Amino acid sequence: MIIEPWLVQTFCAAIFTIGLVGLLVRRNILIVLMCVELMLNAVNLSFAAFSEQHGDLGGQMAVFFIITVAAAESAVGLGLLIALFRTIRAVDTDEIRLLKE
Amino acid sequence: MAINPIAFFVFGGAALAFSMMVVLKKNPVASAFSLVMVFFCFAGIYASMNAHLIAILQILVYAGAIMVLFIFVIMLLNADEPTFDLRRTSNVVKAGAVAFGLAFVVMLAIVFKKSNIIPLNAGFSSEEVIKLGGNSKVLSQLMFSKYILPFELTSVLLLAAIVGAVAMAKRKTGKSS
Amino acid sequence: MLMWIPLLPLIGFLVNGSWYAFVQCRPGAKKAGATVPGLIATAAIFGAFIVSLKTFLELRAMPEGARVVEQFLFHWITVGSFNIDMTLRVDVLSTLFTLVITGVGTLIHIYSIGYMGHDATPGKFFSYLNLFCFAMLMLVMGSSLPILFLGWEGVGVCSYLLIGYWYTDDEKASAGKKAFIVNRIGDLGFLLGMFMIYTFFGSLDLAEITTKLGDASFAQALPEAVVTGIVLLLFVGCTGKSAQIPLYVWLPDAMAGPTPVSALIHAATMVTSGIYLLARLNPLVSMSHTGMMVIAIVGGLTAFFAASIAFAQNDIKKVLAYSTVSQLGYMFLAVGVGATTAGVLHVITHAFFKALMFLGAGSVIHGMHEEQDMMKMGGLRTKMPVTFFTFLLGWLAIMGIFPFSGFWSKDEILWNAFANPHGSKILWALGLATAAMTAFYMTRLMALTFWGKPRFDEKKLGAHHGHDHHDDHGHGHGHDDHGHGHAAGVHESPPAMTIPLIILGVLSVVGGVIGLPTHWIDHWLSPIVPLHDPETFTAGHTAEYVLMVVSVLVASGSAFYAYRVYKNIKGVDPLQAAFKSLHKTLENKWYVDELYEKSFVRTIFKFSLFLWKGFDVAVIDRLVLGFGTFSQWSGRAARVVQTGSIQAYALLLMFGLIITLGYIVYGLV
Repeated sequence: MIIEPWLVQTFCAAIFTIGLVGLLVRRNILIVLMCVELMLNAVNLSFAAFSEQHGDLGGQMAVFFIITVAAAESAVGLGLLIALFRTIRAVDTDEIRLLKE
Repeated sequence: MAINPIAFFVFGGAALAFSMMVVLKKNPVASAFSLVMVFFCFAGIYASMNAHLIAILQILVYAGAIMVLFIFVIMLLNADEPTFDLRRTSNVVKAGAVAFGLAFVVMLAIVFKKSNIIPLNAGFSSEEVIKLGGNSKVLSQLMFSKYILPFELTSVLLLAAIVGAVAMAKRKTGKSS
Repeated sequence: MLMWIPLLPLIGFLVNGSWYAFVQCRPGAKKAGATVPGLIATAAIFGAFIVSLKTFLELRAMPEGARVVEQFLFHWITVGSFNIDMTLRVDVLSTLFTLVITGVGTLIHIYSIGYMGHDATPGKFFSYLNLFCFAMLMLVMGSSLPILFLGWEGVGVCSYLLIGYWYTDDEKASAGKKAFIVNRIGDLGFLLGMFMIYTFFGSLDLAEITTKLGDASFAQALPEAVVTGIVLLLFVGCTGKSAQIPLYVWLPDAMAGPTPVSALIHAATMVTSGIYLLARLNPLVSMSHTGMMVIAIVGGLTAFFAASIAFAQNDIKKVLAYSTVSQLGYMFLAVGVGATTAGVLHVITHAFFKALMFLGAGSVIHGMHEEQDMMKMGGLRTKMPVTFFTFLLGWLAIMGIFPFSGFWSKDEILWNAFANPHGSKILWALGLATAAMTAFYMTRLMALTFWGKPRFDEKKLGAHHGHDHHDDHGHGHGHDDHGHGHAAGVHESPPAMTIPLIILGVLSVVGGVIGLPTHWIDHWLSPIVPLHDPETFTAGHTAEYVLMVVSVLVASGSAFYAYRVYKNIKGVDPLQAAFKSLHKTLENKWYVDELYEKSFVRTIFKFSLFLWKGFDVAVIDRLVLGFGTFSQWSGRAARVVQTGSIQAYALLLMFGLIITLGYIVYGLV
């Protein structure tokens, strides 16, 4: 059986949606950040699939760079989280209300 | 597409299951380990697409570095106890999220199915790549020729990220380091 | 040349006013004397008098019929085809008025230098006096009705400022307000009359109006109702300014102001503006028989009514105030029966003797250390001889005793009431009765103040005043306040006050000579008021002489009777003892003020209250503040989005993204 391109893309969409819903629903900030990684991964797979479909290695280059940037971003994000933790002493997003009007 | 269907369905199904576990687990450490499993599955899918470099990079960087960092932070903040935040969420929100998710995916599936994408045939099909010396060789040749600018910029970005992370997380003690 | 007549007082006002505003109002400025501002003001008004005299002589030298001097100053209002120029025009009528205003004004200014010697703010006082003279002169010299109205309103404002001069006392300030408000009601009538004149004549220039009326075809085409309407509306304005029924109520209250103010404004000049207006528009007034009848009846009734109230007043200034209202009634009676020249003559003679008596009363008050109650006076004949003698001359003049000035003017009015085709015997009887009453209450005044034995303790006078001196102006009876540094006891006033009294006394004696004996004034004013044809009169010369004798006898008899009653009373008014309830009504001015308060003032007050609370606050404030409230509400509504929760923001982001993507994809699918 041949795996149709649309099937792979739908699979990526499914992973992306799972990550999105997790981002919106979960209260623990660490899990929220993990859902962000999940979404980035879904996009990576999408790029790779298109690269395979078109025979253009630019897709794989994109994956390469996205992985790098994701690494940098999670480092900075976790550093922010630690700095924030010093103030609010919790990892619950309900406690992060400083910008509330 | 020249993906091995068995590989795709096995790794894909596992990835789906594990990503559900990431979202639904109460213990953050369990969530983290599920995410690691997701990454392994993805690496498998990459490998079945003949994208060998990114498959290895996925495991080395994502699973090996980023998730380790996550576990570090979880342990640092003493957040490894189970949190019952999904119980606190109202049923309306949970039902709405699921419904929205399903609708989103179905809609995207329809879009993807209906679109007619004509393959570009840009010259790097699997056979060509093998002929040119393998996936890694070709990718590295490309990186240092065509994609040199993003490469350099990414290195600067990494530097900025390092400096930023250190500055952010450092304790303000009053003594100059 | 003409422009100097109003301009000099205006300059005096600016000089004194600026000095007061910039120098005296600075905290810590020294208290200034009254001499310098007084002299500046007097010089200004005296200069105006010289120019007025010059203008009068100029007019005399002109041929009869062409006696008009004009000076164009500048264009005032130019809107489309509606033009009003600021032009001064002096003709036979205006020149008489300017002479009286500037002449009597100069004397009163000199008097004020003495009277206001110890006042705290003389600069302000003299600047107001000059401003008043400026407005009054503009009134009589204006070439068109708007300029006349400008002066009309100006004298009203100055009257308010000067009556309420000691504004720290609530009663005095209220008197000023009352004067202004009641005047305004009259002004409404004046304005409506002006509008009607403009509608039917197409112009507001006085010369044009007169010329139009001279054209027989135009005059016949005007409906009788329109002419009567205009005359009555203008007369409403006159009842306000010249204190006739029903708008006379402000004038007795106006006695709260300083006595020179009462003399200048409420005896000699402002209150005569109504007569000036009717005399100026004589061609129009004489066209309306109904109008003239109304004017005559109101004038006669006012004269009688005011005289009755004067019987029961104990304050010397109040008696003179009601006397003024009564004499003004005579003047309007004159206009109403067709004797406008007699009315103008009475204006002139009244200016002399009433100003004299007011200044004399001021002298008495000054000498009695602010005492104004006649029941506490008596025997001042020997203590203040000059004041007494000049007052006597004024007394004889107002009673209409031959050959003093009042006799000629009052008699001419009574004769015309009797014999003129526009007159009626009833009005003559009313006038004669009023003359008898005038004689009675004026003699009462003389007897209580100057004759008989003193009803006060001279030693206690100064002490009483010294005690009063420390508190703020006026509690109890309103009195003119000016400090005394000298010893207690009654004394004659300083020359600055007595010399004007003497001059006015002389004028009260000889001032009537321009009237009946020579009929000079009738000829002088003939361009405005045509000489009446003796044939139309209902009685002849013999009757005229008989009536003269009758009125003199009536006045003298009344005076003699009053002298007998009041010669030596001890402290209780015999009339009060005899007619208790009637006296009480008269003393309370027939309760007119209370009637007005209950009917008009309360209603308007309630209406104003409703407009304030029910409309201004409830509707307009709500509307305006509603804009602010709305912004606050919309802000609060928009703030709901700012939850501070990143997941909420992510949700919103996602929605936006979906919508955008959907829009793009919609085109592709």
